[in-house]
Amino acid sequence: MNSYKEKLFKGITYTASLLAIVILMAIIYSLFREGLPLFKVTRLSDFIFGSAWYPTHAIPEFGALTLIAGTLSVTLGALIIAVPLGLGSAVFISEIASPRLREIAKPLIELLAGIPSVVYGLFGMAFLAPLIRDWFNLDTGLNVLSTSIILGIMIVPIIASMSEDALSNVPKNIREASLALGATRMESITRTIIPAAKSGILGSVLMGFGRAIGETMVVLMVAGGSAQIPGSIFDSIRPLTSTIAAEMGETVMGDLHYRSLFALAILLFLLTFITNLFTELVFLKRSKR
Amino acid sequence: MVETQIRTEQLKLWFGKNQVLHDVSLPVYKNIVTAVIGPSGCGKSTLLRCFNRMNYIIADTRIEGKVLLGKEDIYSGRSDVTSIRTRVGMVFQKPNPFPKSIFNNVAYGLQIQGKYPKCEIRDRVEQSLKAAWLWDEVKNRLNCSAMSLSGGQQQRLCIARALANGPEVLLLDEPTSALDPQSTAKIEELCLELKKTVTILIVTHNIAQAGRVSDYTAFMYLGNLVEFDLTEKVFTVPSDKRTEAYLTGVFG
Amino acid sequence: MNARKFKDKLGTSVAWICSGITILFLLVFLGRIIYKGFSVLSWNFVFTGPREAMTEGGIYPALAGTFWLTALAILIAMPLGILTAIYLTSYGKPRWLVRTVRIAINTLAGTPSIIYGLFGMAIFVNLLGFDVSLIAGALTLAILALPMIINATEEALRTVPQDFRDASLALGATPRQTILRVMLPTALPNILTSTIISIGRVAGETAPIMFTAATFFSRQLPKGLSDEVMALPYHIYALMTEGTHPAKQVPIAYGTALVLLILVITISALAIYIRYNIRRKRQW
Repeated sequence: MNSYKEKLFKGITYTASLLAIVILMAIIYSLFREGLPLFKVTRLSDFIFGSAWYPTHAIPEFGALTLIAGTLSVTLGALIIAVPLGLGSAVFISEIASPRLREIAKPLIELLAGIPSVVYGLFGMAFLAPLIRDWFNLDTGLNVLSTSIILGIMIVPIIASMSEDALSNVPKNIREASLALGATRMESITRTIIPAAKSGILGSVLMGFGRAIGETMVVLMVAGGSAQIPGSIFDSIRPLTSTIAAEMGETVMGDLHYRSLFALAILLFLLTFITNLFTELVFLKRSKR
Repeated sequence: MVETQIRTEQLKLWFGKNQVLHDVSLPVYKNIVTAVIGPSGCGKSTLLRCFNRMNYIIADTRIEGKVLLGKEDIYSGRSDVTSIRTRVGMVFQKPNPFPKSIFNNVAYGLQIQGKYPKCEIRDRVEQSLKAAWLWDEVKNRLNCSAMSLSGGQQQRLCIARALANGPEVLLLDEPTSALDPQSTAKIEELCLELKKTVTILIVTHNIAQAGRVSDYTAFMYLGNLVEFDLTEKVFTVPSDKRTEAYLTGVFG
Repeated sequence: MNARKFKDKLGTSVAWICSGITILFLLVFLGRIIYKGFSVLSWNFVFTGPREAMTEGGIYPALAGTFWLTALAILIAMPLGILTAIYLTSYGKPRWLVRTVRIAINTLAGTPSIIYGLFGMAIFVNLLGFDVSLIAGALTLAILALPMIINATEEALRTVPQDFRDASLALGATPRQTILRVMLPTALPNILTSTIISIGRVAGETAPIMFTAATFFSRQLPKGLSDEVMALPYHIYALMTEGTHPAKQVPIAYGTALVLLILVITISALAIYIRYNIRRKRQW
């Protein structure tokens, strides 16, 4: 009787865990099932390296290069803004701020990390973009610069919070050893503490990178939406995620346009999957040590 | 002639590739306190955990030989590990009450068996707390958190919790090493009282404690049972040089 | 020596400046949302429906929609997540399976939310024929929340001291009894706070519900699982991109954003506060 209940309970937990695998498989399956038929019509190389995205023309073209370039440009821009700010804040919170300030700052960062991205999108669209348009005398402020700034602010809390964890996990004795040898506080931080927390910091950056690549609402609202390879930070662009989100409503289920958007999703999935794999490896290396 | 309650026969144990116990054959006599002493890392705690199959929860453990409770081999496929553990109770080095009320801590073992009516559980909780000399201190606050007790009280609560199951054998794994001298003395006295009803096997690194509470003493060294005899004998005329060296403080 | 002191000062200042800029950005951001949103916020705004082609009135249907989507999603994801975490921490055999489940969870956790939206559309809306509906959106959001809840529960279960498990097993409890009577109750406060945080995340998601549940306008509250629903985050997006009267609709979008922000921040702040108290009071 008892052992029957044991087995039943174990079986239930076992089944629940299998569900996680099943869901992932189902996601991959549905993406490929809907997306792969595109390649009966378009060659894979044309899809990845073609720069003409005209899915609704009489003779449609499905070149995703402009969209990939759009994603990469704003992701890079976001990192350029967020990495120094996030790291600087992390160093400040973990090494410089008083314990009391730290007690307040940590949960505050956590709160900020939870703000819905659509709210950032609204801010970018209704406040930052007009501001940038007027400052630089542009036709539109919906461009790489505005998007990078908003995405950047959005991922600062992620980078700051995870890097701060990594920094404060550095054992106290390493800190004290460095100070006892006559190093200044900054020398200790840059020469011993940051190197010791290296993999955690790198992990946080990768995490921010993955988040920025996959972000939909901000780019949908702030990036402007023209499918071109950006020549300057004032160009409008159309990243992968916003293309999917903006165009899905116009498609008919099963047509080529619909399939091409799923093909973009496959691309996006692979990009984030590889990023995750890297993050995982970085962390694995750390936990082994 | 004393009756044997539980004993090991040719017990060998490995953690991975590392052999921790070598052919240990130790009888534990009924209603008597047996102490297991030896330097740290000699395998005495591991041996203790074999008596109620608590080693099984550590990964990569392999056991050969027998542990006989009465006539039953507790490692044979037929025996049920949960009933073994109700018959052979255990108290750990660090007091580990659950974050529940005092009452629910002691009642836990009975509640999970699901066959006792509430009033009987109530009675047995009271008896067990009395047997562990804790009743008078806690009878007015049975519903308070067990975490509010002092360290010594917590350890006696853990003893009461084990006693509630009505065990035949009680395993004590260095039960006083985390306690102050007063609480230690109380638990030692308690052992002498408890042995009237339950067989006690106590692991201790405190030689004096073994001398005070035990009738028989086993000395272990590097996973071997070096010596086992009446405590007086082991302490006065040890038959093995290693025992003598340990008792006189040459190592340990 | 002076150069070193100077460098020390310089580095410290840089860290100060970085934090300062971050805080400044965030203050401007939050300030703008609060300032603009506050001017339209009123009892009526929160508790009536939209009127005059979304140029006037309130957001009550969207608030209700977000509530139902989030509540259903968490109710679906929580038991599954907790059971999975129990398997991973307490049974954990065979090892290869645990490893595979972990890889799956981590991959799911890193997958962009728009992909969940596509998946939900392909499976729930089209394949299973739920159409654009509350249930399709809730299931999609549940899948999104699942890895968060699994990870949080696993962490909570791992903080339960080994001593408790040993004590329970030594008293003759079975693994199931040990999990249900000792491990889970001990870990429960932590599991709950982390779940509350994921509630905040789920409530703010837009991309997963775009094609599975959300509609720009509905006069009524959702009546059943198969109704389309309005939702706060989608409402903001729709007002900003599909609106025809920006002058009237942008302020409404700000108001909606403020309501969403207050909702999410209150929920997370509550969780953080509870967790802080648990950590302070924890006796083990």
